[in-house]
Amino acid sequence: MSAVMSQAHDDAAAEASPQPNAVVPWLQRPALQRVFYPLLVAVLLLAAWQALVVAFQVPHYLVPSPLRVAGTLFTDAALLFGALVTTLKITVLAFVCATLLGVAIAFAFVQSRVIETALFPYAVLLQVTPIVAIAPLIIIWVKSPTASLVICATLVALFPIIANTTLGLRSVNPGLASYFRLQRATRWQTLVRLRIPSALPYFFGGLRISSGLALIGAVVAEFVAGTGGTGTGLAYQILQAGYQLNIPRMFAALVLITATGVALFAAMAALSQWALAGWHESEVPHE
Amino acid sequence: MTPAIQVLSVSKTYANGTQALLPVDLTVQAGEFVTLLGASGCGKSTLLKMVAGLLEPTDGRLRVGAERIAFVFQEATLMPWARVQANVRLPLDLAQVPRAEADARVRDALQLVGLQSFASHRPRELSGGMQMRVSIARSLVTRPTLLLMDEPFGALDEITRHKLDADLLELWREQKLTVVFVTHSIYEAVYLSQRVIVMAARPGRVVDDVKIDEPYPRGAAFRVSTAFAAHAARLQDALQRASAAEPALV
Repeated sequence: MSAVMSQAHDDAAAEASPQPNAVVPWLQRPALQRVFYPLLVAVLLLAAWQALVVAFQVPHYLVPSPLRVAGTLFTDAALLFGALVTTLKITVLAFVCATLLGVAIAFAFVQSRVIETALFPYAVLLQVTPIVAIAPLIIIWVKSPTASLVICATLVALFPIIANTTLGLRSVNPGLASYFRLQRATRWQTLVRLRIPSALPYFFGGLRISSGLALIGAVVAEFVAGTGGTGTGLAYQILQAGYQLNIPRMFAALVLITATGVALFAAMAALSQWALAGWHESEVPHE
Repeated sequence: MTPAIQVLSVSKTYANGTQALLPVDLTVQAGEFVTLLGASGCGKSTLLKMVAGLLEPTDGRLRVGAERIAFVFQEATLMPWARVQANVRLPLDLAQVPRAEADARVRDALQLVGLQSFASHRPRELSGGMQMRVSIARSLVTRPTLLLMDEPFGALDEITRHKLDADLLELWREQKLTVVFVTHSIYEAVYLSQRVIVMAARPGRVVDDVKIDEPYPRGAAFRVSTAFAAHAARLQDALQRASAAEPALV
């Protein structure tokens, strides 16, 4: 076959090729700015905190200074990081369970409107029931402490995965859907080649929300279980430190929980960017 | 010559009672370039979709002789996550054509539309005109004998559109395709077609069947010739006479 249509260089390939950037001062690079400015705020706030605590001689059992919290993180490292591993284990297990279960439920919803209509209200019911209210029941019913905590955290993290994945699986470009129909694609081909890729941006949005919720669920469940004396996670450490008025340790545990949440979110954002870079608007760098 | 398409008093009424198309008779010969011309709501897309099998006629019979039909939509309808070559390969993947053969055919199709150096680009990196070329390559990769096109260049700027019109005519001649092309542009209809089926709305119907008896290849000079203007005037006249008969809604 010969080239019939003329070479299509002219009609706008120029947009496609990246502009060779002139050397930009390092602080003007957006990637660095995204790190630098929040970091600057953190440093300023911590410095102000430290200065105020020192200036007004606030006792450390009321408000510990950032340096003292950092010191506690170091001196209580064995205790706190052991607790972190426990909490992290529950969070990750719950997050994985929520993802698998949520995706499975979303697939079931998309296969049949009857299933969705019948079951969706209960998914909402699950979402609006406060986990603190049902956690004691689950902890009583389920013997294994780890399993009961994972179940609680899974329940908290489940809904965004179901809702987002269902929405995504339904958000297929109608033109592409017609094209697949026209080509007599099987149900399976349409699912794998069209529905699943179309759902990915929504699914990753769900993952980001759920990763944070899994952690919150784990901590809340530990709080409830902790009063019963079964927990050894970070929430339990916060409770214990509270009883002992060990405020620096409370803060240190809190720092670890927050850092875990941020790390989970960053991991999900990176995963989303890796999977969607190059094609989805949300992950394409702005010109 | 055997007809590529025979439309025998085919009509379409939607479930809500809207008459999309009054009974239509139409024969398209193999190798013909026929355009369906009309305002929105005249049923031209409906007719094309019935020929493609995307819609069922309410009444009448359709005979489509072509073995392999390709349909080009108004939008490029490409998979944004897939590279150009994977988009073009899609119909072959769906038909489970072996990979090596599929890749060779993809290369040929991309060469036909002049995009061989853009095989690994993503659709969003291409202009509207280039995306449409990918869409055309995707339809050619199945080696169709009948090409159905539903306002394929409607969203493009005029200059790009003229270029794609000219390239389409060359493809049609080289590949010996039968083309049924839907447009609302009188000028595009005159430039491209051997025959123009003029349609009118409310209810959708065929009002005229006009031969554009001009030789190919048709260069850019044809667009500004007096013969071109005469054909355009004839089509415009047919469209106006048809719309004069309906209540003024626009």
